Amino acid sequence: MTAPAIEAVDVSRTYQLDGVSVPALRGVSLTVAPGDYVALVGPSGSGKSTLMHLLGGLDRPTGGRLAIGGREVGSLSPGELAALRNETIGFVFQAFHLLPRTSAVDNVALPLVYRGVGARQRRERAAAMLGRVGLGHRLDHRPNQLSGGEQQRVAIARALVTDPTVLLADEPTGNLDSVTGAAVLELLERLNAESGVALVMVTHDHEVAARARRRIAMRDGVVVADSADERHDPPVSAGTGRPDTLVPAPSAESRSASGSGPGHPSGGTGGAAGATGRRAGEGPAGDAPAVPADEEAVP
Amino acid sequence: MRLAEAWRVALDALRANRLRSALTMLGVIIGVASVVILVAIGTGTKQKVEQQVEGLGSNLLLVVPGRIDVGSAPALSPLTLDDVDAVSRVVGDPDRVAVTVASGATVRAGARSDFSTVQGVLETTPAVFTRELARGRYLTGSDVDTSRRVAVLGASVARALFPDRDPVGQQVTVSGVRFRVIGVFAPLGQSLGVDRDDEVHVPVTAAQRLYGTQRIDGIAVKAPDRERIDELGGRIVAELTRRHPGTEFSAVTQEQILGVLGDILGILTGVLAAIAGISLLVGGVGVSNIMLVSVRERTREIGLRKAVGARPRDIGVQFLLEAVLLTSIGGLTGMALGVGTALTVAAVSPIPAAVTWWSLALAFGVSAAVGIVFGVVPAQRAGRLDPVVALRSE
Ligand SMILES: Nc1ncnc2c1ncn2[C@@H]1O[C@H](COP(=O)(O)OP(=O)(O)OP(=O)(O)O)[C@@H](O)[C@H]1O
Ligand SMILES: [Mg+2]
Repeated sequence: MTAPAIEAVDVSRTYQLDGVSVPALRGVSLTVAPGDYVALVGPSGSGKSTLMHLLGGLDRPTGGRLAIGGREVGSLSPGELAALRNETIGFVFQAFHLLPRTSAVDNVALPLVYRGVGARQRRERAAAMLGRVGLGHRLDHRPNQLSGGEQQRVAIARALVTDPTVLLADEPTGNLDSVTGAAVLELLERLNAESGVALVMVTHDHEVAARARRRIAMRDGVVVADSADERHDPPVSAGTGRPDTLVPAPSAESRSASGSGPGHPSGGTGGAAGATGRRAGEGPAGDAPAVPADEEAVP
Repeated sequence: MRLAEAWRVALDALRANRLRSALTMLGVIIGVASVVILVAIGTGTKQKVEQQVEGLGSNLLLVVPGRIDVGSAPALSPLTLDDVDAVSRVVGDPDRVAVTVASGATVRAGARSDFSTVQGVLETTPAVFTRELARGRYLTGSDVDTSRRVAVLGASVARALFPDRDPVGQQVTVSGVRFRVIGVFAPLGQSLGVDRDDEVHVPVTAAQRLYGTQRIDGIAVKAPDRERIDELGGRIVAELTRRHPGTEFSAVTQEQILGVLGDILGILTGVLAAIAGISLLVGGVGVSNIMLVSVRERTREIGLRKAVGARPRDIGVQFLLEAVLLTSIGGLTGMALGVGTALTVAAVSPIPAAVTWWSLALAFGVSAAVGIVFGVVPAQRAGRLDPVVALRSE
């Protein structure tokens, strides 16, 4: 098994509010493996967002040990932590958080600014990323000229433009209607499968949670259930040190193989199948047929 | 983040709030413009005074009773025409010695009158000082020797009394005594707010009789050469002190006068510039204030930038550059406005103004520095914002 992308051991986070201690997280241990697809569920106020902020290095734990990309968060200066976020984490927020008055392509390019990438290369990479989320024709639109779903896709492109190892999405469909939300979700799943970026997503939607490979349930600042513990599913992408284009097939295989999740709806399977189809269409023509052949040869 | 990038971001932020940026700059603009204008006027005045003092003539030595000092009251002069003869003997050439006994008096011609400075002088005055005539002739030795009641009018006096006639040959009365106009001076202009053309020269003997005095206010000597001017002054002072034991005399050169005047004008310019500088400071406080508002307004943007990898330093630099850009653009605009105003003032009014490079460089440097000083606090605040809190803010 490869090194975990994020490792939290007995992590706690206590807020000080007017001299009163508010424990938002009380000893959370979990690891996020490369390529993982985790749904984080739990009632409001259970600490999901707090945990996401910690996992993304946006906040620091008040107790326990947290390592992002193998680096101890506690030992890093604010500047080093920012650089670590830039290199390894992509955030997608419920409220999109796009810069107004800034074009889609410049919004997407923003993380590259802090990486010191030159303007031309930034634009190229941002435009390519927007193409991957299906917004290649919206490069110079401002956020207020885009629909909610498009805005969230811009935000997703921004999160992925740096090739992070983990994508943290806190209720990414929370501000979208169900149809648009489903499309955004499908996009996230496809990107997770295509590029091998681990996806950790907070959701209130049980159907959505059911589609994830792994579900973590929280309550009152602790993890009350982690499907990884129950079933000991090896992370799908583990051990397959593969180029991006080769990823989709195995993940689709293993998902249908372990498709015994609670009430795996046919719609979900259909969505996954659709994603797979699109993937095959986008992949280099030479590689696509080779993948299933390899995978079938393994078992 | 690259610095060029940070400049661009800062400029974009200012553009996004054009009106507010412009109003914030206004404080700096006014401050810088007033510094530039006041320094220009101060410098211009100083240059003009220097020109005029130098234009009096070369190698001048002014001998007066008392001590020449800033703030000391002029002493009552014990000098008489006998002392002037003594000084002439020391100098060795009476043509190099001029005198004055001056008093304000009303000069009339028919129904018109003008209050001007009436100076009793010797015929040597044009040789010692540089004074040119527009028409007529100057006083002669015989005019002085015979106390002839003849007068040479300054340009303004001539204009006031004889607006449509040639004054030469006309009669005027000085304090009720009739004089005949024999000449008119070429105009000199103003100096330190004094109209130097508002004077009338009459023979010193006639003036003494007019004022009922034997007194001479001061003696001016044109030294034969520059090198021994101080030594000559010393000998004159020694002679006068011998003749008037117990009275102090001073002999000052143009350089010494320039030094004293320069000091006074320098202090004046400095004080004015400092007052203008205070308005620049107030402008800086305005910048600080607006930057704090800007940080608050853009808290979410700051949170987002941090989330995608901006270091505290990146954010701090961005806001600092924004403040510096505000004050620098304001400073440049203020400089342009100040230079424009100063040149206009110099062109259309008698107030002299000279724009100097150092004052522009200083004004720009100070405005940029104001941006740094007053931008640091908001920038630090922005840099230190907690990204989670910032993202959650409305
Ligand atoms: N800045 C803060 N100061 C004090 N308490 C806080 C702060 N942020 C969060 N909390 C508290 O920590 C707890 C967990 O909050 P968190 O936002 O992580 O919940 P959540 O699971 O994301 O809820 P939701 O589903 O409503 O988004 C809550 O009780 C909340 O009141
Ligand atoms: Mg939340």
